[in-house]
Amino acid sequence: MILFNKVSKIYPDNSVALEEVSFTIGPNEFVSVVGPSGAGKTTLLKMLLAEEKPTNGTVHYGDMDVHTLDRSEINNFRRKIGMVFQDFRLLPDKTVYENIAFTMEAAGRTDDEIESDVPHVLELVDLTNKAWNFPRELSGGEKQRVAIARALVNQPEVIIADEPTGNLDPVNTYDIVQILKRINDYGTTVILATHNKGIIDSLGRRVLAMEKGRIIRDDKEGRYFI
Amino acid sequence: MAKKEIFWMKAKRIMRTGFFNFWRNGTVSMASVLVMMVTLLVLGFLIFTGAILDRSLTELRNKVDINVTFIPSAVEEDILGIKYSLESLPEVSLVTYVSREEALVTFKERHANDQSILSALDELGENPLGAVLNVKAKDPSQYASVADFLEGNSAISSSGVSIIDRINYYQNKVAIEKLTGIISAADRLGFIITLFLAVISILIAFNTIRLTIYISKDEISVMRLVGASTSYIQGPFVVVGVIYGVVAAILTMLILLPATYWLGSATENFFAGLNVFTYYLRHFPQIFLIIVFSGVFIGAVSSSLAIRRYLRL
Repeated sequence: MILFNKVSKIYPDNSVALEEVSFTIGPNEFVSVVGPSGAGKTTLLKMLLAEEKPTNGTVHYGDMDVHTLDRSEINNFRRKIGMVFQDFRLLPDKTVYENIAFTMEAAGRTDDEIESDVPHVLELVDLTNKAWNFPRELSGGEKQRVAIARALVNQPEVIIADEPTGNLDPVNTYDIVQILKRINDYGTTVILATHNKGIIDSLGRRVLAMEKGRIIRDDKEGRYFI
Repeated sequence: MAKKEIFWMKAKRIMRTGFFNFWRNGTVSMASVLVMMVTLLVLGFLIFTGAILDRSLTELRNKVDINVTFIPSAVEEDILGIKYSLESLPEVSLVTYVSREEALVTFKERHANDQSILSALDELGENPLGAVLNVKAKDPSQYASVADFLEGNSAISSSGVSIIDRINYYQNKVAIEKLTGIISAADRLGFIITLFLAVISILIAFNTIRLTIYISKDEISVMRLVGASTSYIQGPFVVVGVIYGVVAAILTMLILLPATYWLGSATENFFAGLNVFTYYLRHFPQIFLIIVFSGVFIGAVSSSLAIRRYLRL
């Protein structure tokens, strides 16, 4: 489903962010990408979203080479992937409901679909009563749940979560991980970048360990140790 | 869904988002509208200055003329002959004939309070004044050629003697040339200042809108990452820009109403009888259209230009 083929990223100042990274991710997998800061986790995810171009190698999604897509194909492709960020990145001038609806609007969904689907995902992340609040009125955990709802609402094939628990306390962290697990149980591929040892150990799923731009280990049921 | 329906659905959403963004970012919107209003006020001010300058220069041009005074013995037919030939010149816009009698009446009226002149006139017994042709050229710079024409043969009467006593162009030559210079310089200067002020105020409005979009650059990147198309991201910003323009234009028109009313009588006294308030009322539709169109144009173009650099992701 996702294939990284000898992908390297070297910045103009010769710093190497990724070096000959190759791996595949199948449908319905839950993959954690771990490693210290600067190991290349975020660059890896940006490559997959076509936010950055590799210096060498190719990234495939299904039968597409994501770096040969044109603007509108990239837009269509990104609608198949849900993104969750450490800093939430909600639209500050839109309510919770509107933040989620925006993603559906961007995908060209009808008003009827939006009216039926948004309450549904809000229920899934347990935020029905906050639908008309603005992001500034929510706690960190609530914001991240909105971000997950937004990532989910277009029923993506893949959810990419980049340090989703980095700004959260242990209770909220646990909640978010449980939600991601549930999403994966429903059949969505989840790629989780984190350096939270507790999460990895509790998940017991596949772990890609990175260091200095390279993949140093790929364990089927990994634990976090470097 | 049909293509047309999708288009309208998108258009509706873009408009709605634009209105919401304008409303919810109250402070930013108010600041942008105020800056835009200053720009439009400058434009309005330029429209009025242009009108005043235009009117003053026309008045000034009209005030410049030359008088051809004929000797008292000149025959009216000869003078009228010269009048016709003057009128046929392309440079000449108007020639007025003042007969000897009329010249005397005007002279007496002008000196009604000066007994010594009036009694001297009485003592002379006959009218010492010659008839006068008042010549107005289309442009002050053309008086030289009109004077040259009169100096030529055409002003010789049938008896072979020049019937022209004097042409006051030669007395007024320096003044006329100076005035011509001033008029063309004022024209040019007015145009340059207008252009300069217009460009500066448009740049200020553009920069303000750029800043408001800069504030939203993170949002724009998020929209990109959820797969929103360029037009769907850009649209609401352009709508907001247009709203800035329209609101600022309406406020500008409202402010101009008392401002011109207050300045109206002052401008009427100073500038050749042009009352800016009556000018404003008479040209309201044109001024309104210019101001609104400028506002909408500046708002929309600034927004769509400013957002471009954040859409590259």
